[in-house]
Amino acid sequence: MKLHTFKIGGVHPAENKIAAGKPIENIPLPEEVVLPVAQHIGAPATPIVKKGDKVKRGDRVADAGGFVSAPVHTPISGTVMKIDVARTPQGMPVQAIYIKSDEADRAADAEAMANRETPRRTEAEIAALDGKAIIDIIKNAGIVGLGGATFPAHVKLSPPPGSKAEIVIINAAECEPCLSCDDMLMRENPRQIVKGVELLMRAAGVNRGVIAIENNKPEAIAALTEASSSVPGLEVMTMQVKYPQGGEKQLIEAVIGKEVPSGGLPIATGAIVQNVATAYAVYRAVVLDEPLMDRVLTLHDGETGRNLRVALGTILATLVDGKEPEKIILGGPMMGRTASTLQTPMIKGTSGILLDSRYAHRRPAENCIRCGKCVEVCPMGLEPFLISTLSRLHEWDDAEEQKIANCIECGSCSYICPASRPLVDYIRLGKAKVMAAMRARAAAKKA
Amino acid sequence: MNIIVTSIIVLGIIGIVGAAVLYIVAKRFHVHEDPRIDQVEALLPGANCGGCGRSGCRDFAAACVCADTLDGLACPASGSAVMKQIGEIVGLTAAETKPKIAVIKCNGTCDLRPRLARFEGAPTCAVLASLGSGESACPNGCLGCGDCVEACPYGAMKMNFETGLPEVIEDKCVGCGACVKACPRSIIELRNKGPRGMRVYVACSNKEKGAVAMKACKVACIGCSKCAKECTHDAITIANNLSYIDYEKCKLCRKCVDVCPTHAIHAVNFPVKKAPAKEKVEETA
Repeated sequence: MKLHTFKIGGVHPAENKIAAGKPIENIPLPEEVVLPVAQHIGAPATPIVKKGDKVKRGDRVADAGGFVSAPVHTPISGTVMKIDVARTPQGMPVQAIYIKSDEADRAADAEAMANRETPRRTEAEIAALDGKAIIDIIKNAGIVGLGGATFPAHVKLSPPPGSKAEIVIINAAECEPCLSCDDMLMRENPRQIVKGVELLMRAAGVNRGVIAIENNKPEAIAALTEASSSVPGLEVMTMQVKYPQGGEKQLIEAVIGKEVPSGGLPIATGAIVQNVATAYAVYRAVVLDEPLMDRVLTLHDGETGRNLRVALGTILATLVDGKEPEKIILGGPMMGRTASTLQTPMIKGTSGILLDSRYAHRRPAENCIRCGKCVEVCPMGLEPFLISTLSRLHEWDDAEEQKIANCIECGSCSYICPASRPLVDYIRLGKAKVMAAMRARAAAKKA
Repeated sequence: MNIIVTSIIVLGIIGIVGAAVLYIVAKRFHVHEDPRIDQVEALLPGANCGGCGRSGCRDFAAACVCADTLDGLACPASGSAVMKQIGEIVGLTAAETKPKIAVIKCNGTCDLRPRLARFEGAPTCAVLASLGSGESACPNGCLGCGDCVEACPYGAMKMNFETGLPEVIEDKCVGCGACVKACPRSIIELRNKGPRGMRVYVACSNKEKGAVAMKACKVACIGCSKCAKECTHDAITIANNLSYIDYEKCKLCRKCVDVCPTHAIHAVNFPVKKAPAKEKVEETA
């Protein structure tokens, strides 16, 4: 069997997927949730409740703050205690809605949870929905890209004028080491996921869909191949195990062989990429009429791994027992972000909690030995040693010329560097500066 | 012998022709430049610090010579005396400016502001600021990686590794503002140097509510507005839970210093008196 992959670069870090094969555990609803209004990329949501309001599970508590934004729904019934500042995992203040439940609320929620798998829309109703109606349901359900980037899902499904979608690619590569939440979701809910993909294909108005799964998840591949056989135009594609296979641009290249143009949107190739967990959330939103209120994440502490389905707004510390970890990483070890505290609510993009001491420290940085390994592994064909140095020296013009804005911040260069140089740190800084300058220039041109 | 003579003659002719070409080109394409630009430039420090807002000292000199008025043109590094001389050269009067100095509005030393995490990435404030609140819980305080120290063209900043905060070397600081631009947290401010260097300022940038700020740092400004009530010169304003002293209005009476419950207001270079937390102040100023 031919394995698909992107052409240049890539690394293969130790997988450490010890949570693979562990069934998803449903964590009971917490008594109190903290719902930050900025859980996605784009404009923060605006709270529509006030202190003292009674809310029910599934109620919308914050409206989308713009086109590129998503509403927030409460996973528990209860009373709005306050709208106050909460901390992001990195310690920055963010506005959040605090909700607390009482006995009666908890009883009502328990009943709702027991009946949550009952479809709220009949087959005929779903069949009657057109693309626009499905996108509206997705938009109102607050669904964002659940792979970690949290880009609002409805934005990608509504391509800008002049571009046309031809294919929906479902990103089920899960190329990050340690994480196995998508894997387990696919093994346990293949039929629901396929239904979600079908809905996404209809929403985008395309008749071709590909579910791309890395070769290291044979059970998931088997389950989805079987479930998708009934859907015309949908296929499961087996990908080579290589990081960053799940990068949007890499996945498009691997699946349809087209390259996303520099500075362009992925839709320029006719592809819409959505994460597999997003497809599952779409199924829940359309069929069960349930907004996005929980997600599956992998909890990995070095010795054991678990896959948990957790309500949004749960304080992360309640999921982890006892001892102070050496380092907390939210997401995978390659692209996840270090957190300074676990006293922070879980949000839509939290795909993993890593407490593995193996990842706790970086080796001290040394001088560049000019080996060129970073150039070899860069999946975007950049020269990481050069652009990181330009960025360190504040040579923004030269960095722009060297296409720093094309960097996807996958971290392959930092991973491979034998001198342990913090390449991505500097590149990320320069990329932010250069992209801000590019945007300002574009705005000035328009004005 | 013959070869030597020939080569001398050939090279000599080439040299003469070359000199003639250069002379003609220099005459033909001569750009007339006001000689006063050189005179003005000679007065300037030549550090090209950018404190004046121009791209360098020569650019500033040219701007002075071409300008109709010297309003808005000032070299912070050389001060009023030099601006007066420049004014005499270009035949304009320069406005009197007060010398400025960089002031670090953070006093969260390592023992007063607990460090929750240790940063192992690229050691610059800009990178650390993009990640989150940094090593401490204060989202506004000094990050301690020394971007300001690196940015200073006059060597007027140094890092104190015991406190984890940068320090301004008063004799060397000219108030060019390079550090202000380099600081991603905007905690450095240019303030009037004050008579004999005496000045009063709030050494904190934390904009959070009092209780939250205190949790992150023992010497944070909690926005209690005691200082604003005490001030008889209307120099203190409270915004975003943070006090600010207007250096133009401040009469250096130091009443606010004594009432501040967290000792976040610093008075420096005053003659020794029973000012609270005085010794610490001098170290970190």
